[in-house]
Amino acid sequence: MLEIKNLVVQIEDNRILNGLNLTVNDGEVAAIMGPNGSGKSTLSYVIAGKADYEVLDGEILLDGNNVLDMSPDERAAAGLFLAFQYPLEIPGVGTMTFLKACINAQRRTRGEGEISTPDFIRKVNAAADKLEIEKDMLKRALNVGFSGGEKKRMEILQMALLEPKFCVLDETDSGLDIDALRIVSEGVNALRAQGRSFLVITHYQRLLDHIVPDTVHVMSKGLIVKTGGKELALELEKSGYADYRSEAA
Amino acid sequence: MADIQNLRSAAETGLSSLFESARQSFASEEKISREEAFKFFEATGLPSRRVEAFKYTDLRAAIEDAAHPAEKPSLEVAKAAANAATAFVGIEAVRLTFVNGHLIGELSDLDRVPAGVTVTPLNEAMSQGDPLLKQLAPVAQTRENPIYQLNTAFLADGALISVEAGAKVEMPIHLRFVGTGETAFSTATRVLVTLGEGAEFSFLESHEGPDGIAYQPNDVVDTVIADGANLHHTRLNREGDKAIALSTITARLGAGSNIESVNLVFGGVLSRHQIYLHFAGENATATVNGAAMLGDGRLADSTLLADHAAVGGVSREMFKTVIDGDSTGVFQGKIIVRQAAQKTDGKMKSDCLLLTDDGQMMNKPELEIFADDVACGHGATCGAPDEDLLFYLMARGLPKPVAESLLVQAFVGEAIESVTHEGAREALIGEVEGWLRARG
Repeated sequence: MLEIKNLVVQIEDNRILNGLNLTVNDGEVAAIMGPNGSGKSTLSYVIAGKADYEVLDGEILLDGNNVLDMSPDERAAAGLFLAFQYPLEIPGVGTMTFLKACINAQRRTRGEGEISTPDFIRKVNAAADKLEIEKDMLKRALNVGFSGGEKKRMEILQMALLEPKFCVLDETDSGLDIDALRIVSEGVNALRAQGRSFLVITHYQRLLDHIVPDTVHVMSKGLIVKTGGKELALELEKSGYADYRSEAA
Repeated sequence: MADIQNLRSAAETGLSSLFESARQSFASEEKISREEAFKFFEATGLPSRRVEAFKYTDLRAAIEDAAHPAEKPSLEVAKAAANAATAFVGIEAVRLTFVNGHLIGELSDLDRVPAGVTVTPLNEAMSQGDPLLKQLAPVAQTRENPIYQLNTAFLADGALISVEAGAKVEMPIHLRFVGTGETAFSTATRVLVTLGEGAEFSFLESHEGPDGIAYQPNDVVDTVIADGANLHHTRLNREGDKAIALSTITARLGAGSNIESVNLVFGGVLSRHQIYLHFAGENATATVNGAAMLGDGRLADSTLLADHAAVGGVSREMFKTVIDGDSTGVFQGKIIVRQAAQKTDGKMKSDCLLLTDDGQMMNKPELEIFADDVACGHGATCGAPDEDLLFYLMARGLPKPVAESLLVQAFVGEAIESVTHEGAREALIGEVEGWLRARG
């Protein structure tokens, strides 16, 4: 599904990723944990195609195609989805207008026809109900005046509607209370399927109680320094990241 | 010391000789105000950048020649022009059609004016000495304004629209101004809208004209809004690409009255829209918004004066300018709060979105406050579309031009939101989408 080979990335002369290698298989949920500043968010932005980062070397292959050659919208149409750590507020853009524009843009890029309005509304309502998103939120401008939890639920709603192949969740648990964490996790779990993989980036083990990963990777100083099963997350919760801070050096 | 006189420009000399030949036909009652207006204009001349209020919009440089006042066109010509006009056509409204600044009765719905409303063609009103004419020029500061005075001097046609006290009129009146011609011409129209106490009324204005012709429309709408009355105004400038389009709206606000006015500008190589608000009665409110979407080589100027003379007035102004190519946006806003106007609440904002590096935006906010218990503020922003927002939209699959268009629509949309008439609001949104499509 997703293969990252020897990824070297810098921003304004600061080297952040130092030859990172990572493979996530079809249907797999991989978690990346690591201390602050280890390059986790950079990795998520580089996968999605943010312009501020300079890729010096390496490849990111989605089903064998190098996404580094694609613009962010082409990556989205190819099946990549990034759930933002801090979803942006867009005043004046209605949530429904936005959702429909995204679905149709991706369909167009893939050479498919536009979604019909009744189908669209049915899909949105069904997905919103599962995520306990009130209809009133859908009538407002995108993310404007939403609480942190509401914004994260809106990200998962978008993920459910866009049906991506590969989802990156960048610290989706930050700013969530226990109930919101449960709702968001259930939303993610409902999307787990063959043909869809996840990369779950988090500081804390608690998210992984809800979204149970198949593999856990520890990241430090721009490299994956340890890989294990879900028990690795529990270990980290006990011992902290101290052991890994020096390993990459 | 000898008087120092500026050399008169060709356009100024031309205007003087045009006025000289026009004055023969003036009726005696109107003669005085026209003569006074032109005298003022002759003393000031076309304002150049040396005049503070015209610093960024140099009319002396822009108007090279005085274009001839357009004659009333034949019905055939008027029909062809009106049929080609498309602005607001989808909106159910009572239409008054002006072609080249003349009211064309045959193309106007004068026989189906809504109950509670009287419409009188201006020429008829002037020849009959209609008492409503005394309400023209309801805001004193316009006497110092050369554009307004030029309109008074050359006034050719227009209409008086009077709404009875208490009338709640649902059907809007659409003032449809259409220009047509192969050579440059000028127009000067005046519409007076008076609302009786507690009345409610909406009107739309659209301005369209030929591309490639340097015609010079100068349109004025005066409004007098009695106590507790409520006026909604939506204006669309889709003038031709070489037009020098001058326009003014004035409002005299009675106690507890309200005006909402939105002006959306696409057309004209140069446009200047002037707004004069006079808060005469207590607790009046005004929401005045504007948006301009400017392509290469254009200049759009919005100049506003809000004069708070009574207690508790509330004014909200929001102006949005989208700059593409090497175009220029100008916003000048002045809020005056007189000593008696305690508890005034005024907020003025001008935002500019720069789509290229070549454009420019001039903002000049002014506050003159003589009362001590007021809340007044102004703000201005200017910048390119937010890269982070663009990335967020693109990461959801929107190609860059689509993402940018969505942000532009959202930006302009804020100024259009205040239009209460749903059809008019949707028509304006459609115009914005059309501009973005044409931009590609």
